[in-house]
Amino acid sequence: MQYADIVHRCFRCGYCNFTSDFQDFNCPTYNKYRMLSYSPGGRMWLINAWLNKELQWSEHFADIMYSCATCNNCVEECVQNKFNSYLSEIFIAARGEMVEQGLVPPTVRDYLKNIQLSGNPYRAPAEDRGKWSEGSGLTRFQNDEYLYYVGCVGSYDERGQKMALALGKLLIKAGLSVGILGSDEKCDGNEVRVLGESMLFEELARQNTDQFAQLGVKKVISLSPHAFNVMKKYYPDYGAGFDTLHYTQVLWELIKLKKLNPGQLEIRVTYHDPCYLGRHNGEYRAPRKVLQSIPGLSLVEMRRNRKDSFCCGGGGGNFFTDILGSGPDSPAAVRVKEAVATGAEVLAVACPNCAKMFEDAIKVEGLEDRLQVRDIAELVLESLKD
Amino acid sequence: MDRVYNALKEIVGERFVSNQQEELYLYSRDPGTMDPVWPDYVVMPASTEEVQKIVMLANQEKIPLVPQGGGLVLSGLTIPLKGGILVDMKRMNRIIEVNKNSRYVIVEAGCSHGLLQSYLNQNYPDLRHSLPDSPPISTVGGNVCIHGSGHLSQVYGFHSDMVNGMEVVLPTGEICKIGSCSTSPYWFARAPLPDLAGLFLGWFGTTGIMTKISLKLYPHKRMKDVMLFLTENPEYISDIIYKVTDTEVAEDITISCAPKPDWMDGFQLTSIAIVGRNKAELDFKFRTIRSALASYIDSREGGFMYMPPAMKHNFTEVPLRSTARFADVKKGGGFEYVGAIMPVDKFPDAYRAGHEIAQRCETTYSLSARIIGRAHCMMFSCAYAFNRADKADVDRAKQALHETNKAVLELGGIPWKAEFPAQQLILERMDPNTLRLMEQVRKLMDPNGIMNPGNWEVK
Ligand SMILES: Cc1cc2nc3c(=O)[nH]c(=O)nc-3n(C[C@H](O)[C@H](O)[C@H](O)COP(=O)(O)OP(=O)(O)OC[C@H]3O[C@@H](n4cnc5c(N)ncnc54)[C@H](O)[C@@H]3O)c2cc1C
Ligand code: SF4
Ligand code: SF4
Repeated sequence: MQYADIVHRCFRCGYCNFTSDFQDFNCPTYNKYRMLSYSPGGRMWLINAWLNKELQWSEHFADIMYSCATCNNCVEECVQNKFNSYLSEIFIAARGEMVEQGLVPPTVRDYLKNIQLSGNPYRAPAEDRGKWSEGSGLTRFQNDEYLYYVGCVGSYDERGQKMALALGKLLIKAGLSVGILGSDEKCDGNEVRVLGESMLFEELARQNTDQFAQLGVKKVISLSPHAFNVMKKYYPDYGAGFDTLHYTQVLWELIKLKKLNPGQLEIRVTYHDPCYLGRHNGEYRAPRKVLQSIPGLSLVEMRRNRKDSFCCGGGGGNFFTDILGSGPDSPAAVRVKEAVATGAEVLAVACPNCAKMFEDAIKVEGLEDRLQVRDIAELVLESLKD
Repeated sequence: MDRVYNALKEIVGERFVSNQQEELYLYSRDPGTMDPVWPDYVVMPASTEEVQKIVMLANQEKIPLVPQGGGLVLSGLTIPLKGGILVDMKRMNRIIEVNKNSRYVIVEAGCSHGLLQSYLNQNYPDLRHSLPDSPPISTVGGNVCIHGSGHLSQVYGFHSDMVNGMEVVLPTGEICKIGSCSTSPYWFARAPLPDLAGLFLGWFGTTGIMTKISLKLYPHKRMKDVMLFLTENPEYISDIIYKVTDTEVAEDITISCAPKPDWMDGFQLTSIAIVGRNKAELDFKFRTIRSALASYIDSREGGFMYMPPAMKHNFTEVPLRSTARFADVKKGGGFEYVGAIMPVDKFPDAYRAGHEIAQRCETTYSLSARIIGRAHCMMFSCAYAFNRADKADVDRAKQALHETNKAVLELGGIPWKAEFPAQQLILERMDPNTLRLMEQVRKLMDPNGIMNPGNWEVK
């Protein structure tokens, strides 16, 4: 296994369970299960034991490994600065071993199968991929300055589609030269990669980079921080020659250039940093700048913010595989209660997965009267209404 | 079906009990060198009542119980030497009450030092507790249970001295209050009652499970600096410490000696923390300590080391992350240390012994000391990093630890949080009447011998 020479170096000291100031457990799985096995250090020791054959594989072992949300809090907080940057990659490598040996949990297997068979996790027809864009004014990419890449959740999930549409309308309103791929768009492969299926990921990465190159794509705007992450960090290994931006970065540029001039919106908002935008890619500023540019909007921070943000629980493939699970102690449930505690009426997000996770949690927690989930693009669009 | 497992599930709910290999594996070992012993179950109670039910069950089934906090003692005290139920206390981490004017906090025993530090910083910025340098997940209960020490120990003593009172589940299942809280709604002191806290502090969880603890809090002066005094002769240390503690203006005092970076080899670095409400107070303390050590400076036997402000963070942060980084020195994820509680004037002997043992065991020396009380004693530590993946290296560290424990006892010190073999060395030397008293106390309190058996017991 890649990184096998590092795994034993974890001291199991537990710094990685916390936020930077220790106010909370910030590994979403440890926070939920509280057994050592679900902490980053516990995972390191279990992987080591498995590789050494001190432990046999079991379904429980696989669940422990696949419950990791790859949120990178451990990467941020582990004190061992000679190897901490590899932590979540080590967990992904262990999953890779399980994929190779055919030992993955059923929901992971199903997810991967669906991508293989249908090119998306929903087993939906490819022709439907661009349906969300109807009425948005968006057209097929044709030598445009930007490609708007939507991803599977934005394309097929009802909540994601609303976000995709709001952003599409904004980009058109700003007069941007932008196009979409519609039914030709393919899965970006971020979740495939983090679930450990490196071969399938390579195939997807190659297909996408080849397609983008053929179309002459120079700049990609990604709706999802997950696609943003994988295109920015891993596609260059497959020859990608384009820049990838998260949509909040583009919105902030458009606002600065006065191509978008947000209108009044008297609301109190708190913002959730998605892991793949924040900790994985260090973008904490652009989403806040966009929100703060809306007159009347007051932004309040949750206790855990920026690099201390608490994962919604949907990362690492869990959005689809549900291994980390829902319920009253689920990360999303904990997070929406934290949002309510700020007194905000809106929980702003910048990721379709987070939007869905939080909306579900709000229903489970019965907080519909107190908190609404709104994507940043949706808020900007709403402010432009009159 | 497993009767004990089902009973535990009934008490804490399915998610918080396990008899699966993954949890049993992890809880069978700690980050130190002691060999693993597998528990039969791991359980995580959330309340005193749940702890009580677990204790009753263990009595009924005559199965051992091993309480664990952060599990970071490093010396194997939470390794279930005789199997049984490992009780992970970290779900009991609530901060129950802060009495600001009486300066105490009541916490559940599984409350981590990190959480308490952060909570006080946010809600009571004028108050703090004494933190050990252990990683933030180490618990208040686990730490007082081993007579831990930390950043305020030079001023106020061992952390066990800072306990005002506690709630304990006795080995027979009764819930018992110790200290003023046994008689009053307030948890302000152990006096003026007979001091029953001694039945639990320092006992490694062999006499009951602490569930709540009242801990003393202290003023939090937010400006902090550190003075670094360098000497090249270990004989000077106890006098230096005497002089500095005599000023009564210093806070934490530690001494460290290590061969890296190269220029440090052969030096003793005394680090003296000072705090103040304002710059004038810090300056006054700085001057006072400087003049206390003037004779060393004048004779060029010692001198203050300049440290750029940016680097000072490595000395002033609490807890010190660098202590945990020591585990990666050999790229092997492990270290363990003998912490010896001993008189400060034993520093030169301990220093020499530490060097000799490291040389004999073919490892590098890493020695440090923390002053406890106004130099009433010190915790002298010899730390050994090891590579967990290399059995021979682990054995080498084990051997060095064993030799160090023996040397400490020879010098009149006592190994702190002693691992099982070191406990045997201590018990061999103990006054026989003291030993008998300990045994009688254990028998009386724990007739079924269920509490962390093997520890503090003659083999
Ligand atoms: C890098 C590093 C630095 C350290 N620095 C320091 C330091 O500066 N000062 C210091 O004092 N220590 C230090 N330690 C040692 C140790 O980690 C701490 O003392 C720590 O606070 C122990 O607490 P714990 O919760 O981890 O205890 P554990 O290891 O979980 O338990 C310690 C003992 O207490 C018992 N116990 C735990 N909880 C209960 C309970 N509720 N009721 C009854 N018995 C219980 C256990 O059975 C065991 O015998 C350090 C360790 C490391 C790894
Ligand atoms: S991953 Fe890093 S911080 Fe976490 S337990 Fe291991 S060494 Fe400690
Ligand atoms: S990546 Fe996140 S979920 Fe996974 S072990 Fe690290 S902190 Fe926990």
